[in-house]
Amino acid sequence: MAEVKKIATRDSYGNTLKELAAEGHDELVVLDADLAAATKTGMFRKAYPGRHFDCGIAESNMMGVAAGLSTMGYVPFVSSFAMFAAGRAFEQIRNSIGYPHLNVKIGATHGGISVGEDGASHQCCEDFALMRSIPGMTVICPADDVEARAAVRAAYEMQGPVYLRFGRLAVPVFHDEANYHFELGKGEQITEGDDIAIVATGLMVNEARIAAEQLAAEGIHARIINIHTIKPLDEDIILKAAKECGKIVTAEEHNVIGGLGEAVCAVLSEKCPTPVRRVGVQDKFGCSGPAWDLLKLYGLDAATICKTAKEMLGK
Amino acid sequence: MTNAEKLTLAKHACHIRMGVIEGTHSAKCGHPGGSLDIAEVLSYLYFVDMNVDPENPKAPDRDRLVLSKGHAAPGLYAALAERGYFPVEDLKTLRKIGSYLQGHPNMNTVPGVDMSTGSLGQGISAACGMALGAKLKQQPVSVYAIVGDGEVEEGECWEAFMFASHYKLSNLCVFLDRNHLQIDGTTETVMDSHPLEEKLKAFNFNVLTINGHDYDAIESAIKAFHAENDKPTCIILDTIKGKGVSFMENAVEWHGKGPNDEEYAIAMQELNAAYAALEEEDK
Repeated sequence: MAEVKKIATRDSYGNTLKELAAEGHDELVVLDADLAAATKTGMFRKAYPGRHFDCGIAESNMMGVAAGLSTMGYVPFVSSFAMFAAGRAFEQIRNSIGYPHLNVKIGATHGGISVGEDGASHQCCEDFALMRSIPGMTVICPADDVEARAAVRAAYEMQGPVYLRFGRLAVPVFHDEANYHFELGKGEQITEGDDIAIVATGLMVNEARIAAEQLAAEGIHARIINIHTIKPLDEDIILKAAKECGKIVTAEEHNVIGGLGEAVCAVLSEKCPTPVRRVGVQDKFGCSGPAWDLLKLYGLDAATICKTAKEMLGK
Repeated sequence: MTNAEKLTLAKHACHIRMGVIEGTHSAKCGHPGGSLDIAEVLSYLYFVDMNVDPENPKAPDRDRLVLSKGHAAPGLYAALAERGYFPVEDLKTLRKIGSYLQGHPNMNTVPGVDMSTGSLGQGISAACGMALGAKLKQQPVSVYAIVGDGEVEEGECWEAFMFASHYKLSNLCVFLDRNHLQIDGTTETVMDSHPLEEKLKAFNFNVLTINGHDYDAIESAIKAFHAENDKPTCIILDTIKGKGVSFMENAVEWHGKGPNDEEYAIAMQELNAAYAALEEEDK
């Protein structure tokens, strides 16, 4: 088997910003808070220095500046690590961007535990919860490079505030660009199967794919659903999976509190009560270590998804 | 400025104060103190300086005003009504269910409001973004922000001040309403930010300190802002919180409550008398 290409979605972000500008979208501007090298907006800065504004280490002000720029007709992409965008500047996002429903795109990189060695202070596993709770906010977490690039374009094209979560870690590119169609708010069914459904987001989608192969070898047919848009959630694809599979495992690189798993449970409990098990960070802080080792340590891997699915099926 | 022009502005300011009292009395709550003390600067901006058109409140090349101390919404609403953005009568719907005049300014419901504010420290950042946007577009747009002297206790204000001077936002003018009062008491006792002029100068602002109730001083300070083409400007307005209503002046308890019927009657009597005196002087 050929070596699978691995790309961090933060790279996809930086590349797509540059592409959009090259295509003549003159109203696109980029803001960063002294992290341009890490968030990859540095690629944009190098090509378009007059449209990249470093705000210094001051994320709260940066969100407000983005709000002001959007009222002047610009489309700002605002970048920092997820911890300091969704976390530190939560209230600025809520009051200065969310409440007036301004056309600001928040490109938050270094989401989740796969930040690695920097440790718990920088591993944001709470951003879905925070951003989901803001009325009118669109929340996206792409699974690979192909999807991330499509997501940046979709965010740019839509009107209104968007939170995009990208990762630091290079992850396998499994979508085939030629055949992949990204639609905001619509989940993607990756495999057929009706024994159990695995609903995943971000880098956990590829783990779910690996898990499905292992389960198939044991005669269990799992339906994999990729939820790149956590809000608004594609309720139809989840309800269909619940009705046809009867059991659901959710998988996300986020605290099980407030993330995709809870969003899925909320839909199902009201519209189609179905047993659900949530794979995710079990209400813990992260720690330092190599990213792939941390993902294993915190149960964010194919093995944990397999084990959880088999437990649900009594196998 | 001629005396007649000053009298005309003073009458607008008097109407703005009446609007503040009408609104907060009808709502039985709201923030009259910090609304009354910016009546002069609001009347000067909306009736002399700002390039705005109530018939076209979203005109892209208009000047902007961000009320960063968003709780002074009754003052801003009264100024907008006086300028013709919406009926003065509507001020009585302040803070009521279904009203477009929310407790704090909402840019999507109130014609003439350029930014939704209310959470202190945030409006000034948005004003910086507007000023930067105008510079990028090479539009001759002036952006005004009104910030409270309690509000500057928020760290975000100083992030914004740093940003404004770093990007040489000479089209940004910050009015710092220096009334020395905040909810828990005087600014000196709650959190002493003195000396503000020196702090803003150290942040590389063009700083002027003036009597915030004096039209000549307001006019010359705003002219100095327009003449500045390198630094952002901060005009520190020495004001009397509650200005124009005797029992609200310099009284901390009038930060955030509405007058009852009796207090309303006294306040309106005083403002009507002040207006009559201006008319007399104008004859």
